Amino acid sequence: MNLTVNGREHAITSPPLTTLLHVLREELEITSPKAGCQQGGCGTCTVLVDGEPRRSCLTAVVTVDGASITTLEGLGEAESLSPVQAAFHEHYAAQCGFCTPGMIVAATALIERKGGPVEREDVQEALGGHYCRCTGYVKIIDAVLAASRSNGSST
Amino acid sequence: MAAEALIPTTPEEAAGLFGDGGDVVVFGGGTILLPEIAAGRFRPERTLLLHRSGLDTLDASGDVVRIGAMTTIAALVEGTDDLLTRFAEHVGDGEVRRTATLGGNLCASPGIGAQRGDLGAPLIALGARVRSAGKGGERTEPVEDFLAGDRRARLVLEIEYDRPAGKYGFELMRRRHAHSFAVANVAAAEANGELRIGISGVGRFAVRARSVEQSRNADDVLKDVEPVSDALASAEYRSKMLPVLVRRALDQLESA
Repeated sequence: MNLTVNGREHAITSPPLTTLLHVLREELEITSPKAGCQQGGCGTCTVLVDGEPRRSCLTAVVTVDGASITTLEGLGEAESLSPVQAAFHEHYAAQCGFCTPGMIVAATALIERKGGPVEREDVQEALGGHYCRCTGYVKIIDAVLAASRSNGSST
Repeated sequence: MAAEALIPTTPEEAAGLFGDGGDVVVFGGGTILLPEIAAGRFRPERTLLLHRSGLDTLDASGDVVRIGAMTTIAALVEGTDDLLTRFAEHVGDGEVRRTATLGGNLCASPGIGAQRGDLGAPLIALGARVRSAGKGGERTEPVEDFLAGDRRARLVLEIEYDRPAGKYGFELMRRRHAHSFAVANVAAAEANGELRIGISGVGRFAVRARSVEQSRNADDVLKDVEPVSDALASAEYRSKMLPVLVRRALDQLESA
């Protein structure tokens, strides 16, 4: 099996029914996707599979053999944050940060899909499966709305 | 995990590998199975993975809508706009819907915490038929008959229904939670003078409410389905709510 993760190709040796989450974290040591509930309920493991947000904990690696995966690490760097990352920073949209990787990846996909400013309801729908136990969501939604209105590509 | 993973590349190969279903575990999208496998609670020896089987087809252009078992719920929502769509768009959240499949939704066994298979109600109301493979070869049967049978002994290939032409009404009852299964789903459709009502999320599997279809009295629904208790709602609560939901769905249908 092969995966292209954040532009880099990897041969995968984990068994076929290993979760994509486990492959990313344990085999490839890419640790932004967090192992939260590990049953699809919390959204912190969300990554992009060929550009579409999916739960890596609900995805058997064999079913995405050959796919292109994007994690938070593929969106920006500390010195050059992506628009969504910058907006989260600007709007204090993180406290403990555990949910943040999934939130940012899913929000990035939403903004890409809409190709411009998004509405509050769009964000609520897109992030409806992402849990944050700290912020109360308002700042997260504000950050995504702001990112969608900033200039430049979200990736 | 020295388990065997079978990956057929055609529907025929999938049916052949499934055989009579006795020694394989069918893996569709995996949204229900994978967490069990990852946690080590379930260790299938032979798994039949369908992601390359060519069963992910959807044709809604003709007089009969045909949906392959491996069509994701997200693709279903994109590709249809009828009674089924109104329910499918509430399954899980968008990310779960990109992985979960229609065949998996039909074959999901009742969970410990909740009933599953939210789409049974609209499929029954639409008069959908299930084409499946297994012992004795392929067969096509009404979805309510398929659901009442031994689903583990059948491999779902395709779901089909006549393009909806009549009126419909529906009620979904669920927790405000992106991952909740239905507490009670009611779908009613009338086409060519025939009324069909499907109920899911209430009993062990989705059923057709034939008593209500005949009497048009919503209270009769409790003759058709025996509500169960689970983590989402008690049987008592479902028994109180279900007739109300059925009445609303019928009212919608009549005023449609």
